[in-house]
Amino acid sequence: MTAPRQTSPATSFPPDRWRHEVTRLVAGDQGARFAGLFGSAESDGGVRLSAYLFPGQAPEPLVLHTDLAAGGLQYPALTTDLPAAFWYERVLHDLFGVVPQGHPRLDPLLLPLRDPGHAPLPGTAHRPQPIDPEESALPRALTGPGVFTIPHGPVRSGVLESVEYLVETPGEDIPRVQIRVFHKHRGVSKAFERRTVDEGVLIAERVEGIASVAHALAFCHAAETCARVDVPWAGRLVRVLYAELERIANHLDVMLKLTDAAGLAVATARFGVHKERVLRLNGRLCGSRFGRSVVMPGGVRALPAVPPGELGAELDRLHSAVTADWRAAMGTPSFLDRLRGTGPLPMPVARRHGALGPIGRASGCAEDARTDRPYDAYGSLALGPPPQYTEGDVMARTRVRGHELTHSFALLSQVVDELRALPDGSPLSVPLPDDLSGESAGWAEGPQGETLYVLRFDRGRVVRCAPRSASFHNLVLFHEVFAGDILTDFPFIEASFGLSIAGVAV
Amino acid sequence: MPWFLRGLREGVVTTRYPARPDAYADGFPAAVAVRPGLPPPDPAEAAALCPTGAIASGADGTRVDRGRCVMCRRCIRLRPDAFAEAAGTATAVIARTALVVPRAEEDEASLERTRAELAARTARFRRSLHIRHVDAGSDGSEEWEIAALTNPVYDIHRLGMFFTASPRHADVLLVTGAGARGMAAPLRRTYEATARPVVVIAAGTDACGGGVFADSYATHGGVAPLADVDIWVPGSPPSPFSLLHALLLATGRLSGSEAAR
Repeated sequence: MTAPRQTSPATSFPPDRWRHEVTRLVAGDQGARFAGLFGSAESDGGVRLSAYLFPGQAPEPLVLHTDLAAGGLQYPALTTDLPAAFWYERVLHDLFGVVPQGHPRLDPLLLPLRDPGHAPLPGTAHRPQPIDPEESALPRALTGPGVFTIPHGPVRSGVLESVEYLVETPGEDIPRVQIRVFHKHRGVSKAFERRTVDEGVLIAERVEGIASVAHALAFCHAAETCARVDVPWAGRLVRVLYAELERIANHLDVMLKLTDAAGLAVATARFGVHKERVLRLNGRLCGSRFGRSVVMPGGVRALPAVPPGELGAELDRLHSAVTADWRAAMGTPSFLDRLRGTGPLPMPVARRHGALGPIGRASGCAEDARTDRPYDAYGSLALGPPPQYTEGDVMARTRVRGHELTHSFALLSQVVDELRALPDGSPLSVPLPDDLSGESAGWAEGPQGETLYVLRFDRGRVVRCAPRSASFHNLVLFHEVFAGDILTDFPFIEASFGLSIAGVAV
Repeated sequence: MPWFLRGLREGVVTTRYPARPDAYADGFPAAVAVRPGLPPPDPAEAAALCPTGAIASGADGTRVDRGRCVMCRRCIRLRPDAFAEAAGTATAVIARTALVVPRAEEDEASLERTRAELAARTARFRRSLHIRHVDAGSDGSEEWEIAALTNPVYDIHRLGMFFTASPRHADVLLVTGAGARGMAAPLRRTYEATARPVVVIAAGTDACGGGVFADSYATHGGVAPLADVDIWVPGSPPSPFSLLHALLLATGRLSGSEAAR
């Protein structure tokens, strides 16, 4: 159990060849989906880059590595041929001082620094001193005749997470939006390091607080793959229960924000009550309104504190109440007028980017980790056909969420039936070895889309963790969706993305 | 019209708190407490019980710092004889030291002074309170719980409390997050722009002490280094009732044991 080993198929190339291989594999309609590019600093001053690709319906990611030697932390940028790598390469520059040569705009994203020598270097034993972001490292350029900037944030009106949107506008339409997320950077990758596997879950739950369960699952899946253990059936069921409750709460939150943006006060209040009931149900089941501290490496800590019969009845009540109001909202013409045709994400852009979650599914990317690479109990439960939309506007994204709500309630009722049939004393978890070592990746389909964790363990401790939320992967698409939209569409587009800045800024 | 009728059909869902006790608030496990009367674990064991270092054990007994506790319940699982969930959401306090439970008796006098000072400053807040929320590096869940305060279940508008977009109109700064260094300047500007008198509430364990990100290179380990915090609300995230408790403390509208924080 002590020998480090590789659990996913991986290949290592020199930088030029690596770039060639990555771009070759993602090219074309049948190409692999680009899922992420992560760095890991080595003790000798070098940096190892790993590109994660998901080819077709393959059950495992294809991982391509390249090693950059100390003193030569540069390589030809992927972004020029693979636009989806745009933010990933900026993060490599922020955290490791790596220079992707030929990158179209290598501005700081997570951590503006004048001197790359101060980079925090996740993956090494380096304990960085406090680093204050240097705003002077950010460019303040603006181009276009008669264009001015409306800054939104970082402290925004309303109860929202801190993020700065610089809306460039000649008055009404929005030719360009700049996104600044560095304000919320918390040094999450470094916070994982030297933690035990159990403690790592606590941090994963707080990377993106509104998708705590998805992050905990992705983290635990990576650990379980590395340890080659199988979670017992009861544990798998309980995981699905909390994951789907989380999805329902998130989708209700999106609808709440959309109706709020449209000024439908009663609808906003109604969805607020439904969401509160979901969070309270979560609290009754496990003591945390966000389903925290339930998922653990190897299984779950406890069965839900409410017996299956009562839980089923409660879910049925919720289901009919939510469905009725959702249907009413989708039948309110003044509301639909604001959604239809707003913020369209064209299918080719979404495909090329590998758009995740409801945003992808509204633009013809039907991928869903629950069906394509089933984990926990999803392989044994009937999920139903994925929603098929290609319009890619706010309307389509909302309809996708409506579908997913129905699916989630259907899954939950299956889970309740299975929980009822569980024999007493069914095991909920299996132990992981104390000296877990090795590298692996784990994923889970969160409410925002696929959450991906790339982890390396050494003798039971995390030495490198790259948490990639769907929010990080998708938020960059914000640049693409303002064709023809005006300032008053902004809240609808933002709400329909349903992302969390915490998961972006890590 | 159809929406209006839908709204009526549900009846009243709003809590009566603080005028009447609320069963959900009283039963919610919002914190960890130390069971009295047990020999304290030795310091090494105490350290191993808590991943965020919230438990300290000394000659005068064991104490839990709720400003560092993220409610992972590890201590309760490992030592159910010494630690237990504490029901009730009246968890907000008016001094950082008061988050450490059980409270030392010598603190009471200084707490009393703080309480009097806060009451004098906030006398004008009793009827109407405008709140400006600032996220200084939260995980996103705190924003959900704060936003919940305006849903029909909590409906703080009934208490004359409102969220405001401008710090110029605000009486309260409700600050969440671990004190991300990138938010230091925006938070300071917001604080300086807020009308006086102002009450600053650190909302959540992250804001009180940084939580799991306390030692990060990118945070200040809470918002205390960035603003003068008046009220501290533990919880990861704090429940809406705990946040409401903090707002009521800020307005001096609590009585009895809930006010003695």
